[in-house]
Amino acid sequence: MLDAVGAKSLSDLFRSIPAGLRLDRPLELPPALDEISLLAEFRRLAARNETSHPPFVGAGCYPHHVPPAVDQLLLRGEFFTAYTPYQAEISQGTLQALFEWQTFVCLLSGLEVANASMYDGASATAEAALMATRITGRKKILVSAGVHPEYRKVLATYLRSTHDATVTVPFGADGRTDLAALEEAADAETACVIVGYPNFLGVVDALPEAAAIARRAGALTVSVTAEAVSLGLLQAPGALGADVAVGTFQSFGNPMTFGGPAPGFFATREAHLRQMPGRIAGATQDRYGRRGFVLTLSTREQHIRREKATSNVCTNSGLCALAATIHLSLLGRKGLAELARLNHARARMLRGAMERAGFAPVFSGPVFNEQAFDVGDAEAVVARLAKRGVAAGAPLARWYPDLPGAKGALLCVATELHTPELIELFARSVRS
Amino acid sequence: MANPTGWKPALEKDAQDGPGGPEAPGLGGATRGLVHEEPLVFEHGSRGRSGVSLPAPERDLDPARDLPAALLRPAIDGMPELSELEVVRHFTHLSSWNHGIDTGFYPLGSCTMKYNPRSSEAIARFAGFADLHPLAPAELCQGALELMYALERALSEIAGFDATTLAPAAGAQGELCGLMLVRAYHQERGNPRRKVLIPDTAHGTNPASSALNGYAVVQLASGPDGRLHPEAVRAAMDDDVAAIMITNPNTLGVFESHIEEIAELVHARGGLVYGDGANMNALLGVARPGDMGFDVMQYNLHKTFATPHGGGGPGSGPVAVKAALAPYLPLPLVVKEGEAYRLVTEPAERPRTIGKLREFWGNFAMFVRAWALIREYGPEGVRATGELSVLNANYVRAKLRGAYHLPYETDSLHEVVFDDRLQKAGGVTTMDIAKRLIDHGFHPPTIYFPLVVQGALMIEPTETESRETLDAFVAAMKAVAEEARSSPDAVKAAPTLPVRARLDETQAARRPVLRWRP
Repeated sequence: MLDAVGAKSLSDLFRSIPAGLRLDRPLELPPALDEISLLAEFRRLAARNETSHPPFVGAGCYPHHVPPAVDQLLLRGEFFTAYTPYQAEISQGTLQALFEWQTFVCLLSGLEVANASMYDGASATAEAALMATRITGRKKILVSAGVHPEYRKVLATYLRSTHDATVTVPFGADGRTDLAALEEAADAETACVIVGYPNFLGVVDALPEAAAIARRAGALTVSVTAEAVSLGLLQAPGALGADVAVGTFQSFGNPMTFGGPAPGFFATREAHLRQMPGRIAGATQDRYGRRGFVLTLSTREQHIRREKATSNVCTNSGLCALAATIHLSLLGRKGLAELARLNHARARMLRGAMERAGFAPVFSGPVFNEQAFDVGDAEAVVARLAKRGVAAGAPLARWYPDLPGAKGALLCVATELHTPELIELFARSVRS
Repeated sequence: MANPTGWKPALEKDAQDGPGGPEAPGLGGATRGLVHEEPLVFEHGSRGRSGVSLPAPERDLDPARDLPAALLRPAIDGMPELSELEVVRHFTHLSSWNHGIDTGFYPLGSCTMKYNPRSSEAIARFAGFADLHPLAPAELCQGALELMYALERALSEIAGFDATTLAPAAGAQGELCGLMLVRAYHQERGNPRRKVLIPDTAHGTNPASSALNGYAVVQLASGPDGRLHPEAVRAAMDDDVAAIMITNPNTLGVFESHIEEIAELVHARGGLVYGDGANMNALLGVARPGDMGFDVMQYNLHKTFATPHGGGGPGSGPVAVKAALAPYLPLPLVVKEGEAYRLVTEPAERPRTIGKLREFWGNFAMFVRAWALIREYGPEGVRATGELSVLNANYVRAKLRGAYHLPYETDSLHEVVFDDRLQKAGGVTTMDIAKRLIDHGFHPPTIYFPLVVQGALMIEPTETESRETLDAFVAAMKAVAEEARSSPDAVKAAPTLPVRARLDETQAARRPVLRWRP
């Protein structure tokens, strides 16, 4: 091959790199491993992570059963070794699956249009705020303190360079957004109001009321959902007044994998379609009139519009969105409703067990599958259960140090993975 | 069942468009080569069917007992009702409509479509990684933290920087992160500055990321050799320039050999040099951006380190920096204290951090795959990656010379850009060439990019392809060039073999149908 290219040696190929810029030593990396040694090394690393029990912590990343069919299908190389479907005719599988994903997002969120996925729920929230500022021409962002703290941090990072600071609206003793405070903060400068649904505290927030306040101020309402299984039981955000629904579908088909990757979702009303960030798949036809799918409305995007694009997003979470699409297809109408009811029932079972063990819920508002309990010293409980190999929950004081009773507040989740026996054992273990 | 989106899956027009049209599907939906027609997942199935097996409900399931009735919804109409087998067949059929690296050669320029090793896939699925919660107490996730710590250091070494954050979710978010670091650096010196210089060969994400970070974009023209020249930088450089963004090698596959002088010019006026690491594959083990004057660079793990492209992600875009920018890196960072690893997540410990870019700790499953590749290859293998990717690109370049016009004679590294000048005379464009290649069984190169080349065909073979594959691709490219001369109409009618012929993108944009409706 060197002859064919007219080079004497491999280093000839690099003559355009000035000699002084070439690396004259081997990289300092560990030596190569054969496949057997490689697997052994990664088994060693994996064994240093304790995952034999389902965690009782959710807090934005949820332990759920992933049906084996999901991963078996993801391993089809035609899916996972393809890229962004630039050549539509040989990417119809990816494109139709994205069209189906967009439909699932619309069905669950109750909104009219959705994109082909975002990096995660946090950046989707930031992109929603940016879209709201473009639509309204306003710059003030109101965000409920009940929105996931990680999402609020990312929102702040995204907005810091170009916008005024966001205003955080507190929540009340029921764990729902303080509507009086929201009413006071919402004004003619407000671009959007961002509310968790359910929120980080596990509480089903006052989305319809918040949306009404936003509407009166001429602002958009953004609902944020990190636990999307809840949308199989709870009314769709779009039906409750949300103009934008964002979050993650990690709960569908995507393992936790230490927090990433997972498919962020983004849905809104048709009127805002051309302000949406990200890739969008659309239906069209080929020259014989057969239905087919393409990436469309790309004049919003960076590869066409460059600095005038609605977002810089390019590669998103395609394969994670496919995983969610497969899982939702398996669940279907009946399965999704049953899974959501089962999660809610398990959370209620956890509450019963915790109350019997002497731990009261921290917030009085309604919950889906996650809730905070007053366990006295949450960090001590987490440390104690860690010794038994269990991730016990998320101590709320880490994010809300000023919350009354913060020290005792431990946020816990129960899903279809937490059997009644496990729940009983957990509650007893928290006590002693 | 009715087709609510408005198109019949069957033929509407007859074969008037000439030979090569599709045959009517068989009774089982089969077409050529047993490719199946497949409705949307919402368009088939039967009431009450489901593909999952859930535990039987325990007592007392009524959610209305403690959730307000107004917040409850019934089962969602329009959701599919399919068995597991039906779902498996549905997605298996869809997969057969895709071309992936596993199917065949995929020379999509600047996307580095290399083979995704199955060892990495198997490893990422170990329960110790897949089932790990991001908020697991530190003593329960030491393996994950050890892996992140090691990968951060390896990425710093490979590109020649002092520190690396793994947080950004993809390359474009890495760019945004890098520019935020630039802004924080200047802000701390009293003035964030207002402009970013970007050569005309850059990816569209560069200007988009700059704008998202509040910077005005100044485009610089590259020279007749496809390189950025110091004069262009000198003319545009002033005290209001925060940074210059340079992809090296650039999207023409050309090494920016004036990089040291350009970096000196920018540094002399207090600016920083940002490296878009999209094309890092060419330099692996051969040269390091950190040794050339770059202050900050994002990786694309899904390109350089073979984490799968997934049909459009997930990616991972770690950002490597020189020491001067390290204090501003986003959270988290992994620290080693004695033999124990710990995540630093709070600004209290890193007061100058730009904050957080992604929930939790980044796309961890991609870290596992990238680290597996680096461990499997070792230092020699990583260097061979760079060398062989450049050899393969130069082989294709040498073989295709003459058949296609080469707009830049400058040396190529890992990719080469041709154009359609020789074919256009007969009415055949880059788009036609790309579509005809599909009929020959190849994924087309990146087309119409970079923008500095009219009708660009940007070919990046990567190091994982054999000479036989490259020869077959070259033969196909030459055949298309010959067809463009002898039968241009046939080329313009391509593709005829895939499950769909050329699709109407104008209609898709004018009358958007973006979802199925019940």
